[in-house]
Amino acid sequence: MGESMSVLDELYREIILKHYQNPKNFGVLPQATKTAGGMNPSCGDQVEVMVRLEGDTIADIRFQGQGCAISTASASMMTELVKGKKVAEALELSRKFQAMVVEGAPPDPALGDLLALQGVAKLPARVKCATLAWHALEEALR
Amino acid sequence: MDFTTLREDFPLIAGRPDLVYLDSAATSQKPKRVLEALDRYYKELNANVHRGAYRLSVAATEAYEEARRRMARFLNAEEREIIFVRNTTEALNLVAYAWGLRNLKEGDEILVTEMEHHAGLVPWHLVAGLKGARIKAIPLTEEGRLDLSALDTLLTERVKVVSVVHMSNVLGTINPVAEIARRAKEVGALVVVDGAQSAPHLPVDVKALGADFFALSGHKMLGPTGAGVLFGRYEVLEGMMPFLGGGEMIREVHVDRSTYAPPPQRFEAGTPPIAEAIALGEAASYLMEIGMERVYAHDRALLEYALKRLAEVPDLKVYGPKGEDRGGVIPFTLGRLHPHDLATFLHQEGIAVRAGHHCAQPLHRKLGLAATARASFYLYNTFEEVDRFVEALLRIHTRYRAWL
Repeated sequence: MGESMSVLDELYREIILKHYQNPKNFGVLPQATKTAGGMNPSCGDQVEVMVRLEGDTIADIRFQGQGCAISTASASMMTELVKGKKVAEALELSRKFQAMVVEGAPPDPALGDLLALQGVAKLPARVKCATLAWHALEEALR
Repeated sequence: MDFTTLREDFPLIAGRPDLVYLDSAATSQKPKRVLEALDRYYKELNANVHRGAYRLSVAATEAYEEARRRMARFLNAEEREIIFVRNTTEALNLVAYAWGLRNLKEGDEILVTEMEHHAGLVPWHLVAGLKGARIKAIPLTEEGRLDLSALDTLLTERVKVVSVVHMSNVLGTINPVAEIARRAKEVGALVVVDGAQSAPHLPVDVKALGADFFALSGHKMLGPTGAGVLFGRYEVLEGMMPFLGGGEMIREVHVDRSTYAPPPQRFEAGTPPIAEAIALGEAASYLMEIGMERVYAHDRALLEYALKRLAEVPDLKVYGPKGEDRGGVIPFTLGRLHPHDLATFLHQEGIAVRAGHHCAQPLHRKLGLAATARASFYLYNTFEEVDRFVEALLRIHTRYRAWL
């Protein structure tokens, strides 16, 4: 136990709080063309990711569900990042995000605000929270 | 008994003064004696049981059967009523499959409660689905107790099994099992008790409870993982077919048919967890030497002190009944902070608690919560640790005020 206080201070920052308390792109997407759900059965956190594809572009994306600060903020920032991107670009960002939080790979600036979650790599118990929405996104896009 | 010096018996606890372990409802720490029993078995007794003609096997069998005698004493049962299994989950599956699958019919009912652990629900879902039986639940009151007034309508002749948790792993509620069993017997229903939380923390007398079956996990009562016990009333066991088939559980085998050994061997197919069962017997002896009344009293003293001190933490909400019918388990939330985030903050302070639904989703649905954080006590916990827990919560409340 006992990472230095700075790990949590880095992680639980203003930006995470903002996305947790007022998540972006939250709610139902009526014209969704693809939907996928994710659930963490060990804690009950759940998320549903809805996308509207135009050709191979993510024209719109929303999510709903319930979860902790890390899973909610991750989902919120994810929707902001991938909206308007090509499917292949979104999948590449997903790979980069997961490399950062699962393997502790050096952060890629392309991840934007999601860099705030890099401290998750030092909290193994919380990795599944951070990746929950991303797994759902990948499933929706495949 | 000095519960403070008793911490020295637990190597992990004694070696980690930085750690406040408040997750014994998930699994307990192990005393040296239990670890030594495991070690001694492999160094001095290792042989298979019930078969060898040589002295080592006889000694291993004797140690294994001695563990059965100790577990019988621990539960006030007969030796032949003690079946070694892996854990509570396996024990409850054994009952559902070996008894339920052969005795339940379409339209029969299984009565459970809204505070069951998933292990007390899912085996019945599986078997009821195959047999067309229905599952009903005794509801909860606002305080988190069972609403026994519902028994008048729920407990009909259609009910063939009443399966209840003795002590809730979330709320700590200790259910009036003896009374429920008495009512169940009136309609001829089988009484199955999930004792995963009660066996480690309360004096248990399966005869006084009126249980037909009582399931426990060794690892929650100072034993190693991999060994648990199913108590079954002998008259019931005698009439049952086996659960798993294989070696050790037979009388005579032909290529196309077999007959079975009497209980308990009938229900112990294959090589059992010998070392783990022996070490579990050692854990039971350790607890019996202290006295389960005193173990319970220590949990209760910590609980009462903690509930009093937790009232100092603003925005903290504690769930579960207030009264004597409550063991040392505290589910809590802090403001709007998600229990997972809260558990991470507590982890940062060196305090180990669990967060989530604790394998009791129906109960959390009833509470209107997706998750709770949970602190649980055992005999090695101290009042000073309760203070550290409360002070950590106060610091978290100040530091993360914006998150609440």
